[in-house]
Order: sequence, then C-alpha cells, then structure tokens
Amino acid sequence: MTKFKRPSGRKLDEPRKIEAEAGVIKKADGSARFKIGDTEAYAAVYGPRDLHPKFLQNPKTGILRCNYSMMPFSGDGTRVRPGPSRRSKEISMVTEKALTQVLDLKDYPNAVVDVFIELPQTDAGSRCAGICAASIALADAGIKMKDMIPAVSIGKIKDFLVVDLDGDEEHLDDNEAADIPIAMIPSTEEITLLQMDGIISKKDLKDALKLVKPSLIKIAEVQRTALKKKYEVEGEK
Amino acid sequence: MNQEIKDHIRNSLKKGVRLDGRKLDELRPVELETDVLSTAEGSAKVKFGDAEIFVGVKMALEKPYPDTPDDGVLMVNAELLPMSNPEFESGPPSIDSIEASRVIDRGIRESKSIDTKSLCIEKGEQVWSISVDVAPVNYDGNLIDMGGFGALAAIKTARFPEITEDGVDYHKRTNKKIVVKKLPIPITVCKIGDSLIVDPTEEEESLIDARLTITSLDKDNICALQKGGDYPLSMEDIDAMVDLAMKKASELRKKLEAL
Repeated sequence: MTKFKRPSGRKLDEPRKIEAEAGVIKKADGSARFKIGDTEAYAAVYGPRDLHPKFLQNPKTGILRCNYSMMPFSGDGTRVRPGPSRRSKEISMVTEKALTQVLDLKDYPNAVVDVFIELPQTDAGSRCAGICAASIALADAGIKMKDMIPAVSIGKIKDFLVVDLDGDEEHLDDNEAADIPIAMIPSTEEITLLQMDGIISKKDLKDALKLVKPSLIKIAEVQRTALKKKYEVEGEK
Repeated sequence: MNQEIKDHIRNSLKKGVRLDGRKLDELRPVELETDVLSTAEGSAKVKFGDAEIFVGVKMALEKPYPDTPDDGVLMVNAELLPMSNPEFESGPPSIDSIEASRVIDRGIRESKSIDTKSLCIEKGEQVWSISVDVAPVNYDGNLIDMGGFGALAAIKTARFPEITEDGVDYHKRTNKKIVVKKLPIPITVCKIGDSLIVDPTEEEESLIDARLTITSLDKDNICALQKGGDYPLSMEDIDAMVDLAMKKASELRKKLEAL
C-alpha cells in the first residue's frame, strides 16, 4: 500500500500542536484555554450556583449544564450567526454527557454547574477542543472529578486512519472522510463521547479506537500540566 | 457586591483614588494584538487590565439594499457572552449588549470613516458586507470603549478574501484592505457622585449615576454621543466629560495610527 502523506506533513497518529492554559478568565470560578492547531476553545465554569427554573433541580445531586458556541467570526466560511443552532445544541448535549460521567456533584443538591465553551477560531475538531478546555476548567473550579477527560478525533481518509483531522483533511477525498470524535476516561480507558460521520468498516473502527489511545493519553497529560502550572509556586519547579 | 465595598469605592473617589489604585482619568493598561485569529479576515485581541475581548471581521458578498444600490454594508455586533461574566445569561441579546452594539456601530457609521461606496462590486447586484463582532472573554466593564477601539483595529488590519467564480474563497486572502479614513474612538466618561472617571471596572460600573459616551474623530470633532445612567448631567458636567473623553481618545488613537 502506498503511504498517505498528510497535507500538514504530520505522522498518521500525530495530533496537531497543543497549547493549554488554566485560569484564563478571571471572572469565572474555573476556566481554561485549549488550542489544537488552529482550533481554539475557551471554557468558563460558573457554580455550583442556584438552578432556575426550579423544576430542573435535582434534590439528590447538582447537575452539569454545558453550552457550546462558536464566535461569529470563528467559522471556515461566512459569519456564524450568534445564538443556538441545532448543531450547537447537539454538541452542547454530547459535551455534557462526555463530562458528567467523571463528575461527582452530590454535594450540591438542587444546584447547577454551568460550563460555557466559546471558540474564537476553528479548523475542525471543535467539539473535542471544547471538551478538553471544559475538563481543565472544571478541575480548575475545584469540582470533584474522577479523572480528566481528553478528547480528539480520529478519521479515515483514502483508506488511512489518521488522528486529529484538520480542516484541509476534512475536505480531501470529496468530503468522503470519516470523522470520529472520541473522549475517554484515561484511568479506565472507557469512552464517554463517540460519534461518527462517514463510512468505515467494523475492523477500521476497532483499529481506530486502538490507534487514538496514545494521543488521548498525551492530551490528558497536557491538560494536567496546564493545571499544575497555574498553581506552581515560583522557585518550586 | 456588598454595601461596604460600594461605600468604600464612593468614599475613595471623593479623595481621587480608585479601588485598583488608578487616577480618576487613567485607563487600565491597554494591550492590543491584531491578526490573532485564522478564520477572521481581520481580528484583534484587546485587554484593558483584566478585561479581555476578541473582535473579528467577516466579509461576505451580498446584494445591496434597494435604496443604496452602490453602498456596501457595515454592521457591528457585540454580545455579552455568559462565558465572560457570572451576571450574563444565555438567551436573546440583552438590552445592554444591544446598546453596546449600536453605540459602537454608530460611532463608525456616522464618522463616515469607511467609504461604503468603495465596498461596491457591481451596482445593484453585489457589494461587500462587513460584519464586525465583539466577543468578550473576560467582562470587566467598559465594553463600548474596548469594542470601539478593537473594532477599528480589526477593520484596519483586515484583508479581503479572493473573489472566484463560485463566490468567495475564504482560504485565500488578498492584500487589499478596507480604506479607513478617520479613527472614531468612543470614550465613556462615568459620573459617580461628583467624580468623573474613565474606563470603569465592573464594580465601578454598578455605581454609575450617569455616563456619557463621546465618540471623537480628532481633537476637535465628535461623531456620536450616548448618555446613560439614571441621573441627569449638568452643562458643566458635559463640558468636562467631552474634554476628558477627547483627551483619552487621542491616547488610544495613537495606538491605532501605528497599525
């Protein structure tokens, strides 16, 4: 089989350059910035705080509420209209599910923990970047968590499985590329987000899940480093 | 915010001191970076102290309005993102964000600093539509002044994308820029008790009796005004506010002239 050369020159299992930073939004209870290639996500956590309307309250536990939103100038083409869309609502929902599974909010009955994710620029992989930022922000806010949640996509282009598709790659192959965003709990290797569009064989899916793991573990390490860096004391490195 | 801090801010202002140690007529440290976002045709990141915003410019080809067939379209929009402050909620734009959008928009529009005729591609058929969006990351007061300043920086550094047979190729940018003839800078002067301050933080904003946003073009000319707050202003107040705003505007204008 001939080798597939990625437009960016990356290796098949190589994610884009990653930057992460905790505590970037002073007004928030916890916050983070996560940048992977040209996709950049900010996340802010507010709460636990009162939940309104009251019928949404759960007397047994606090709840997590996520809101994913692209800034109007962050899209690939024309302006993205501000406000929720079908797409952003669905992503908000799957983000919430991806993160809730490692949270323990039992200490905050009837309360809500709000996570707001905003993307100033995107180049594919925005929901994964959002989850990565949100996960750091939740830890930064001091919310009880079993583990960090890293997320990245794996895709299939021209018969090759590649980690972390960028915008150029998504449009290769007449948009036939399969794209699988994945989030994982690193300590148990359980999957908390799994979606796909495109066509892929049963075998490829198995291989993809295996191939993506090292990248997810690497991302979790970057997330933890960002958190530690915020609390690093001068001269204690 | 509790009553003790409110009283403390008010009492300190009487002595000419602000909570963060600034003088009454002093801006927070201003940081400006342009061309910071890959997806926007023009972009700026502005910080006034801890307050931080992104401004992005997107351009699109559209049909002109029937009453102005050879004028391009310019629109400024500001959103009070719930990410940027615990007081902001999701949902339709609040009146505060609408006011900020309109005051920034008015300053640029009425200054005629952007020649809308130069945005026309084909009369009655196709013109450039320029959308400027202001998105706060950390809201800590004074969004109008930051947004107005950032909007000009983003507009001034924006580059048109290439026009192809299928429309616009957003992946290819030309070297063509928007012609910006003047630099209309909004400065909001706030009255708390008998003190006049500029660049209020969120805490100071909550104590405002009256405010006046003065958008000036240069040291002599004003192109937009907006009074806010629940209390009236005297003629003397207005004189002093206009003087102060124009002085501060020239400080910010220098940073934009360098772009």
